[in-house]
Amino acid sequence: MRTGRWQPWLFVGPALIIIAFFLVYPTVMTIVRSFFGRGQELFGPNVQFVGLANWKYVFTSPTMLLALRNNAFWVVMFTFFTVTFGVLLAVLLDRVRYERIIKSIVFVPAAISYVGASIIWKFVYAYRAEGLPQIGLLNAIVVALGGKPVGWLIERPWINNICLIVVGIWIWTGFCMVIFSAAYKNIPRALLEAARIDGATEWQVFRKVTLPLLGPTIAVVATTMVVQVLKVFDIVFVMTNGAYGTEVIANRMYKEMFNFFNYGRASAIAVVLLFLIVPFMVSNLRRFTQQGVTR
Amino acid sequence: MRYFKVLVVSLLLLIGSVAVFGEQKVVRVMHGWPAQQGEAFDKVVAAFKAAHPDIDVVVEVVGRDRPAILATRLAAGNPPDVSPIPWLGLMAEWARAGYLVPLDGLVDVSEQVEALTPLGYVDGELYGVWQSANIKSLVWYNVNELGPNFNLPTWEALLAFTKGLAVAGKPAWSIGLESGAASGWPGTDWIEDIMLRTAGPELYDKWVAHEIPWTHPAVRRAFELFGEIVLNPDYVLGGPVGALTTNFGDAPAALFTDPPQAYLHRQATFIQGFILNTYPDLVPGEDFDVFPFPPIDPEAVDGIPILGAGDVSVVFKTGGPLRGTRPEVIEFVQFLASKEAQEIWIRELGELAANKTVDADAIYTNPITRKAWDILLNAKVFRFDGSDLMPGAVGAGSFWQGVLDYVSGVPLDTVLETIEQSAIEAYGK
Amino acid sequence: MTSWRSVLARIPLHVVIIAFALLWLLPTLGLLVTSFRTPSDIFGSGWWTVLAHPFDFRQYTIQNYIGVIYRQGLGRSFLNSLLISVPATFLSAFVAAFAAFAFAWMEFPGRRALFMLVVALMVVPLQMTFIPILPIYRRLHLSGTFPGIWLAHTAYGLPLTTYLLHSFISNLPKDIFDSASIDGASPLRIFFHIVVPVSVPALASVLIFQFLWIWNDLLVALIYLGATPNVAPVTLTVANLVTNRGQNWELLTAAAFVSAALPLVVFFSLQRYFVRGILAGSIKE
Repeated sequence: MRTGRWQPWLFVGPALIIIAFFLVYPTVMTIVRSFFGRGQELFGPNVQFVGLANWKYVFTSPTMLLALRNNAFWVVMFTFFTVTFGVLLAVLLDRVRYERIIKSIVFVPAAISYVGASIIWKFVYAYRAEGLPQIGLLNAIVVALGGKPVGWLIERPWINNICLIVVGIWIWTGFCMVIFSAAYKNIPRALLEAARIDGATEWQVFRKVTLPLLGPTIAVVATTMVVQVLKVFDIVFVMTNGAYGTEVIANRMYKEMFNFFNYGRASAIAVVLLFLIVPFMVSNLRRFTQQGVTR
Repeated sequence: MRYFKVLVVSLLLLIGSVAVFGEQKVVRVMHGWPAQQGEAFDKVVAAFKAAHPDIDVVVEVVGRDRPAILATRLAAGNPPDVSPIPWLGLMAEWARAGYLVPLDGLVDVSEQVEALTPLGYVDGELYGVWQSANIKSLVWYNVNELGPNFNLPTWEALLAFTKGLAVAGKPAWSIGLESGAASGWPGTDWIEDIMLRTAGPELYDKWVAHEIPWTHPAVRRAFELFGEIVLNPDYVLGGPVGALTTNFGDAPAALFTDPPQAYLHRQATFIQGFILNTYPDLVPGEDFDVFPFPPIDPEAVDGIPILGAGDVSVVFKTGGPLRGTRPEVIEFVQFLASKEAQEIWIRELGELAANKTVDADAIYTNPITRKAWDILLNAKVFRFDGSDLMPGAVGAGSFWQGVLDYVSGVPLDTVLETIEQSAIEAYGK
Repeated sequence: MTSWRSVLARIPLHVVIIAFALLWLLPTLGLLVTSFRTPSDIFGSGWWTVLAHPFDFRQYTIQNYIGVIYRQGLGRSFLNSLLISVPATFLSAFVAAFAAFAFAWMEFPGRRALFMLVVALMVVPLQMTFIPILPIYRRLHLSGTFPGIWLAHTAYGLPLTTYLLHSFISNLPKDIFDSASIDGASPLRIFFHIVVPVSVPALASVLIFQFLWIWNDLLVALIYLGATPNVAPVTLTVANLVTNRGQNWELLTAAAFVSAALPLVVFFSLQRYFVRGILAGSIKE
């Protein structure tokens, strides 16, 4: 599109100014602060230069290594299921007349606050001693099938992490569904009809036409989900606060920042999040470039 | 274009919203007492305003996120004038960092309960004025099951009672360690109570100040004695998993089911509110009652030591002629600690007064609270909740987590060494 | 014309969708039932036990809802939440849509790098931005003001909204811009007369989530606005239903629905925009 030299800046200007102030400037400060010690101030007489001490902690302490491992597990599980469910719902719901009702049901978790969600899942994972009436849905099922009640959020290393990830998937699938649905409804129907007339089965239409056309949106939503995972905090914070081997990076950061008043260490952890997003940004950059070429 | 109008209007509002400060005297207070407790506090504020019509009091109520909000606003130079806080360790940190106004000679604390007063000092300077207290060394029981005036006066008696029930196939204890983001704190209270009874108050103080390591035999023994109960599936409802997954607020409910699922529950005075919330028909003193958590090593400490906690008001430096604050702020803090203010709200707070001159018969209509008040006034040895005195990284971090790890089966050596590691960092020694 | 075979062939589709929806609904249903129970019932038995006699109304109570709705200051905090969320949502959507449009269809130096920067900043944890920004806010007299929090929410939402809108806008067919450009339309005109109308489903979905996140936020509001009753949002009133020790938490079950009611109404009313886009009918070049 032809534009004047200054016109693009008029369009991106407001966003860039706001972002520079609210995100870039604090990020620079965070990077600088990661070389300084404990305390709750940005700088001042109580804050001392500590060199790489925070960085050593971030990459060597067992807690952080555990958090990194858990975040990797979250990235794989959470991203895969939210995106898969989101795409399937978007495509399948387009074919039924009660689409709006189902969409609303899947959307509800997103509308309920984390505090509400944590109570909901308390009544799924609750544990009661053997022989007493179970008030947790999962344990009620386990006991009804003749099993022994399980401490779902206690059982390390995988069961409790999976239980937390399930909560995340439950909350975020609605988001993926809505975005994919908006993209799917923009796909020209004629393309799908043409494939059907050519004798393609529904599965083939999905694989060969729908999925490639949804490709860019899938990449965007998947990247968004990865970012959400790296920042995942509320679910872990309210349900286990990282106990029993469920620690994640962002929860660690919050604790160091607001419970332990170790601004320096919290800063180093926050910068790690920036590093971790780089590979995903690089893959996005490639896609962005390809798009530019085809125009 | 409509959208542009929206943008323009917002920009105008933005420019026009430059705050205008009036001449009126204002006291800004941020407290952490929501719900009924907050309404009780509002009555105190109303009484203060009635007596001082020229002073406005702006109240902010922040529950769970208060440490985060206070720390951020302090760092940004924008704290409230006053905040009653339960974290004495944080008070010491903030006092040393120069955020707090020293109150010696400004606020009169002579009416304060003696056991509490020394805890308001940091390095010999007064920084904290007590607002309310609660005591933790209490064991709760169902009177209809165990009879009135039930008591287990020694640790041996307590263990014998526990074993006797276990033989009959009944768990004696209901323990709840789950507390959302603060999970583990009820367990640290157990350890502290035991530590105070086995190691004595002097060693307890050294432990809190990290002058002895976490791997010290006395600390180890406290964990082991707690483990003797909590790790035994026959002694605790649901065993260790039950203790870990039960919310502390739900735990006492197991004493009042029919038939009871457990018989004893160790928790602070405030748990009464939870019992009455779940079972509104129960009558305190008639249907349920308390006895003091018994001594363990009688030679270690004189009488029954009491573990407690509470809120102290601290004054932040916000500018003014009085060491960084203003006369109206001091006036407000003094009022909060007065007999008048304490009598207005302590009853509704469900806690104990910090002012010893209050009319106990009038404000403690509840026999259990009254009993707790007498215990507090007569305590020979009173110690503050150790985890609230330690730096956050230990007291609200590795100690909480360590208790959970220990109960979930991690070897004690590993648990104590992990806490010790974090303590070395946090205390810098 | 639907034959019985095509109806039969669609049965698995209905089964899969309805099973999924039930699975998703179950936890929410549990919360809904719990919100109508007394604390001792909640403690004593699983919520599903009411389903044995769903119409025995003695087992329900509206006490939790009364505790929430008659809460002092709830009305004011609802208004505050609206005053925070609505302008902040529109502000962020528009700033983001402008930027996304330029990033997608205009040439300017540093376009790619700037776009990457904006998107990468999604990962910045907002908790780390408070302490650097607050002193500046104080100096500008923005702390405690609504415009202050609109800007903050706009900023925190911008990376994600820009990213999402860019993915939609960059996929619009090129020819609609070319023909408009030939007609001599200015970029601003193209934006309002072409981009916005064809992006309605995308804008609606971005708006709803942006609205939701701001509506459910507590921390940003506490930091930039404070907790005084004249500015505090509904999330604070809800959080303060529970005592500092966590007593009365059963009120939170009712509060979850009371505070989610408005976002749900917004979602339902936006549903009509989540329809097949104008472009779906036309064929891409």
